[in-house]
Amino acid sequence: MKSGRFWAWVVFALGAAYFFIPLIATVEFSMRMRRGAYSFDAYQIVLGDERFQATFMYSVVAAIFTIILGVLIVVPAAYWIRLRLPQIRPVVEFITLLPLVIPAIVIVFGYIRMYGSNSPLPFLASDTGTNALLVIGYATLALPYMYRAVDTGLRTIDVRTLTEAAQILGAGWGTIITRVILPNVLIAVLSGAFLTFAIVIGEFTMASLLNRPAFGPYLQNIGANRAYEPAALAIIAFAITWGCMSLIQILSRFAPKSANRPN
Amino acid sequence: MAEPFLSIQHVRKSFGATTVVEDFNLDVAPGEFVSFLGPSGCGKTTVLRMVAGFEEPSAGKIVVAGKDITRLKPNQRNVGMVFQAYALFPNLTVAQNIGFGLKVAGMAKAAIDSRVAEMLDIIKLPQMADRYPYQLSGGQQQRIALARAIAPKPKLLLLDEPLSALDAKVRVSLREEIRSIQKKLGITTIFVTHDQEEALSISDRIAVMYGGKAEQVGTPFEIYNRPATKFVANFVGTLNVLEGTVTDAAAGKVRVNAQEVALQGKLNGSKSGDTLSLALRPEAISLGWQPGHDTSLSGEIAEVHFLGSVIRVRVGIGGNTVSLDTFNNSTAPPPVVGEKADISFSSGDMLVLH
Ligand SMILES: Nc1ncnc2c1ncn2[C@@H]1O[C@H](COP(=O)(O)OP(=O)(O)OP(=O)(O)O)[C@@H](O)[C@H]1O
Ligand SMILES: [Mg+2]
Repeated sequence: MKSGRFWAWVVFALGAAYFFIPLIATVEFSMRMRRGAYSFDAYQIVLGDERFQATFMYSVVAAIFTIILGVLIVVPAAYWIRLRLPQIRPVVEFITLLPLVIPAIVIVFGYIRMYGSNSPLPFLASDTGTNALLVIGYATLALPYMYRAVDTGLRTIDVRTLTEAAQILGAGWGTIITRVILPNVLIAVLSGAFLTFAIVIGEFTMASLLNRPAFGPYLQNIGANRAYEPAALAIIAFAITWGCMSLIQILSRFAPKSANRPN
Repeated sequence: MAEPFLSIQHVRKSFGATTVVEDFNLDVAPGEFVSFLGPSGCGKTTVLRMVAGFEEPSAGKIVVAGKDITRLKPNQRNVGMVFQAYALFPNLTVAQNIGFGLKVAGMAKAAIDSRVAEMLDIIKLPQMADRYPYQLSGGQQQRIALARAIAPKPKLLLLDEPLSALDAKVRVSLREEIRSIQKKLGITTIFVTHDQEEALSISDRIAVMYGGKAEQVGTPFEIYNRPATKFVANFVGTLNVLEGTVTDAAAGKVRVNAQEVALQGKLNGSKSGDTLSLALRPEAISLGWQPGHDTSLSGEIAEVHFLGSVIRVRVGIGGNTVSLDTFNNSTAPPPVVGEKADISFSSGDMLVLH
């Protein structure tokens, strides 16, 4: 009993060290820009860089559009599958996993071939079109996470009976989705949204090949040409990701308790 | 019935190749409380869901207040429904749940609030307005679900086994409450259950269902005392069934184990030599002769169970066994297995099962 506990702590300490030592080393390195003293110079330079601000804002906006697109596609789809087409769920689950299996570079080359300026759908002919294509691509990359999050949320409620209860009270589809389904899976949707955000902020391949001024290519560019700033950037990106994860945790406390199932 | 409020006409429902409801007919008067009673899988829920609009009949039509609603969407029917699983919206408070239908209908906020308060009074839970469903017991949740269903003043109230998830005590008190609210509001109601006591105790009429058909529709008294089919007789209450052979159809004479029984009325549709199933409720039979009884059969005591105040006796009459209860009597010893015994009953209590 005692020794089991001891070894558990040893394993925990090893795991923590594996995780924290590189992190601490990076933090330490990022603060050594000024010779002989710790400083936040690297952070100042990074945060003050116009390109940082521009690319970061670009990626935030792209993330927001990606989340909106993802929610609009995934929530009704996952809801409808649970309600009317449960038999096709395995197929849909497989499809939503494809973006994890197919490398982003394959997807984006496909896009470039499909939507070039000579194609019937010339997304790439204009900047707006290319931006839209990037968002669509991001939504694809985020699909496995978004779908799984929403589907898990739907599992906690009795979708069919709640839908029927709302219908018999006179509600149409719009009311059912916005007043009954979405509020009950909101936390799941938000966790999908934050995962999407984290993916989009760091994404490199698609943004770079579509030649968009996004944060990922900027990160890569700085990393290749500077010494201290990439470390600072890595820490900033890390903080943003962690911020998202903690928000999911905090918000999940406000999840409506499910009291549908008689026990 | 003058003018039925709800009329279900020749309704059939098939899922793929299997027909689960077959030629179902029922007229319900305004303000009437009708129960669907039947074993699991007989199609009670399916009929109810067709009335609600969740399933479309494969054939037949459903008329409410003279209007054909067969193809109407559920949200256009103005019907209230209470589900077995409560189905309260977990993200809304009790008051918001009850007000849901009113809000959807576009009622003003002040009007909604006063209607919700009125509903909370009716179900006797006035302090619960701000609670969430997970903070309520099952019985309370089901009362909220009832309030939510009747708040928009529906024309028709449908309840699908609303009590089956509750424990026995709550079940009895809530069924009385449902009935009294229903009477007070005068709302036409269909109540699905597979509990015969529930159906017998609160219904104006009962439709006993079997294999997707209404076997018999009648008052609880009729269903219990005059079951129209063998299934109804067996399903509702305990029943003794005797096999008999018709000896004189016109005079209503039947032979049971070489003893003649004169039934009241003719045996239309039967001829001499036909075999018939005859049924008797245990409480209609007495051991030995009793005033008012006009028929007796002799047999042999097969089993005796001393249950305290009551003694349950089974008497063998040829190939048939008849079960009856006698009260314990401290001065007379109970019958003994193997003894010869006569049973008597009134021929009017004997039912012919078709
Ligand atoms: N959507 C469906 N698809 C196929 N078969 C169905 C469907 N819904 C119901 N059935 C079948 O129809 C029959 C009647 O079902 P129904 O739910 O009406 O029974 P019930 O009388 O309500 O039973 P219970 O008392 O168990 O609730 C059952 O055999 C069931 O398997
Ligand atoms: Mg049922």
